[in-house]
Amino acid sequence: MREKNSKKKTVTYEKWGYVFILPFFASFFIFSFLPLLDTVRYSFYEYYRSGLKEIGPNFIGLKNYIELLATDLPKYAANTFILWVIGFVPQIVISLLLASWFVDARLKIRAKQFFKVVIYLPNLIMAAAFSMLFFTLFSDTGPVNSFLVNQGITAEPIRFMATVGGTRGLIGLMNFLMWFGNTTIMLMAAIMGVSPSLFEAAEIDGCNPTQIFFKITLPLIRPILAYTMITSMIGGLQMFDVPQVLTGGSGNPDRTSMTLIMYLNNHLASKNYGMAGALSVYLFLVSAILCFIVYKMMNVDDPDGSKAAAKKQKKLAKKEARG
Amino acid sequence: MKKKLLSMMLASAMLAGVLAGCGSGNADSSAADNAGSSDAGTSAAAETNTAAETNTDTQTDGADTAAAAGGAEGAVLNIWCWNDEFQSRFNDYYPDVVSVSDDKSTTSLANGVVVKWTINPTTDNNYQNKLDEALMAQGSAADDDKIDIFLLEADYALKYVGEDVDVAVPLSELGITADDLADQYQYTKDIVSDASGRQRATSWQAAPGLFAYRRSIAKDVLGTDDPDEVQAALADWSKFNEVAAKAKDKGYYMLSGYQDSFRTFSNNVDKPWVEGTTVTVDPNIMAWIEQTKEFTDSGYNHKSSLWSDTWAQDQGADGKVFGFFYSTWGINFTLVGNAGEAGFGDWAVCEGPQPYYWGGTWVAAARGTDNPELVKDVMIKLTCTKSIMKAMTENRDIQDYTNTMSGMQEIASDPNFQSEFLGGQNHIALFSEVAPTIDMSNVSSYDQGCNEQIQNAFGDYFDGNIDVDTAKGNFETAIKELYPEITEVVWP
Repeated sequence: MREKNSKKKTVTYEKWGYVFILPFFASFFIFSFLPLLDTVRYSFYEYYRSGLKEIGPNFIGLKNYIELLATDLPKYAANTFILWVIGFVPQIVISLLLASWFVDARLKIRAKQFFKVVIYLPNLIMAAAFSMLFFTLFSDTGPVNSFLVNQGITAEPIRFMATVGGTRGLIGLMNFLMWFGNTTIMLMAAIMGVSPSLFEAAEIDGCNPTQIFFKITLPLIRPILAYTMITSMIGGLQMFDVPQVLTGGSGNPDRTSMTLIMYLNNHLASKNYGMAGALSVYLFLVSAILCFIVYKMMNVDDPDGSKAAAKKQKKLAKKEARG
Repeated sequence: MKKKLLSMMLASAMLAGVLAGCGSGNADSSAADNAGSSDAGTSAAAETNTAAETNTDTQTDGADTAAAAGGAEGAVLNIWCWNDEFQSRFNDYYPDVVSVSDDKSTTSLANGVVVKWTINPTTDNNYQNKLDEALMAQGSAADDDKIDIFLLEADYALKYVGEDVDVAVPLSELGITADDLADQYQYTKDIVSDASGRQRATSWQAAPGLFAYRRSIAKDVLGTDDPDEVQAALADWSKFNEVAAKAKDKGYYMLSGYQDSFRTFSNNVDKPWVEGTTVTVDPNIMAWIEQTKEFTDSGYNHKSSLWSDTWAQDQGADGKVFGFFYSTWGINFTLVGNAGEAGFGDWAVCEGPQPYYWGGTWVAAARGTDNPELVKDVMIKLTCTKSIMKAMTENRDIQDYTNTMSGMQEIASDPNFQSEFLGGQNHIALFSEVAPTIDMSNVSSYDQGCNEQIQNAFGDYFDGNIDVDTAKGNFETAIKELYPEITEVVWP
């Protein structure tokens, strides 16, 4: 390409590519990268506000990091993980089911497009608004409770937000509702990527639909499944608006729905930049590890996509070369 | 054509991504409540977020005329507050008000100055956080963006009137004399005075606490709705509990929620919440915890939390709650609205089992204001002018207990004054005795956070989710999170 250009002396447009991406990099550098460095720097300082007076910044080394680990950080990490699992498990199950139904040629579901839009809709609502809606719906005197009482299903209103299970369940339900459409569409794309001849062959060989699902569909979309899980995990790590709004920032009952980012937000509310910085660094490390896994997964060039398979293949190749 | 469509779609997708980013950024921590006062029960706080900032950007139409008319004074008067209480007093009673904008975000005055209202609800420290930011940036802000007046609540007034922070201008510097303030209740002056005795804010109200009860329920439970007889039946806590048991038998709740009686205990403490870097929990707070647990377990309360929907509905037409602890401002600002027209005449007030006070709002002039003359005039008119303040008390929809000793005496002894809402009761007479005795010497600048967090932490205990010690631990964690300088929490 280049040789051709230099020979013909035509105008190159290469530099324009860089010019076009420059605004993004410039704004990223100024508005994201520099503050990021500052965050890391402040995490080694004692720096907060007491009333209208600023305390610090005083260098205190790793004290913030140690203090965070000594206090409740592990508990909030566990909360975040539990809340993510409660939302993710039903999400992936329902999505798989819907996706395999939608792409199944034999079922001939009508108005597929319509359903796809409908299941995606909850994702369009702002998380905070969605959470507010649920807060009102499930409040002690809300519509759900008055329905339950009027129908005689319960004698007393159920106080959803006063129990651990109720609060966590609601948060999980909201996350499920908001994201299962998105996942369904992604998994549909994955299933459609599988060669139809495989399904046909399986059918001819006498597989029933369950066997097809477990023996053909699932193994072949495993890379996408793993990708979905990891991205969802990264999203779950940043879970904030839904529990924050639902519990009014308190993470009640007994701080069992306090997520890591809500904890971070508590420190920011009291302008405790040092502690918040240290917490952010922890979060960054975890996210970075997860991202690294995704990156590795996407860049392994074997059909299966999993690392284990890649290793196996390498070993096999070595053996063959030797033998 | 297809390519064009594709590029359009890509562009809009990108835009959507950008907007989505904004969205999650804005969905910030502050689950704003309807924010009546500092006490908003956080567990119920997930009210509208978008209304959190009625930040007004309507620029000044009358800017030029104002500069001409007001001489050296600025054309914009910025007032910061956490609800619309002062805003509506100002719009109704400040004599120079010409017009109010449709969205109520600005008020135009006769001299051409435009008043810009910035309202940030108080829950989760939201108001203070925003106010702190703005006050710290006061020096570098443009004249028309500088805060001129900000409002303070009893729970955190001390934080802003200190000499060392010097964000509120002493009234003497503005030219308001001791004579102007002579008719105000002494406690409303003491609490906002700095170490050298200079008063730095002024209030139009005094806030003696009361117990507002529903006449119809009182009749059913006690056989009478006469305030004196009801007061006799509720004269101390053991009698109060007896009535609660009776109310329960008749199918009523004595109180609505966990935090209802909090102020009767918390404002009768012996020591401030915080001294140095130590939080001391008063035995009276523990008494509140004990009582509320007992009430909850016996079914005497409706398990709501302060300012929540349930709590508000309990004051409405279908409410089954005997009564509510309130302060005088609560009648007009909250109760009248919640009770609705149907509630007119069905309520009455008495002192309740224990005298106390609750809240109160102070007006302070921000250091660096470019409208000192106007600020002074607003303060004089709205907090020191007897006729205006009396008019507020006599207004059917306000009935506030205003900060004029002689004015309140006159209304108290006026046989014609009666509150229609309270079924013809002269509630001012009831409180003119109590108001002068209010003692706020035990406030600290940490009160809002401490009150909010202890109510929050013990909500779980009342719900039966955790034991006392866990609740205590949660309070310690929360308070240290909120105030990093706190090192120790001492329990009685």
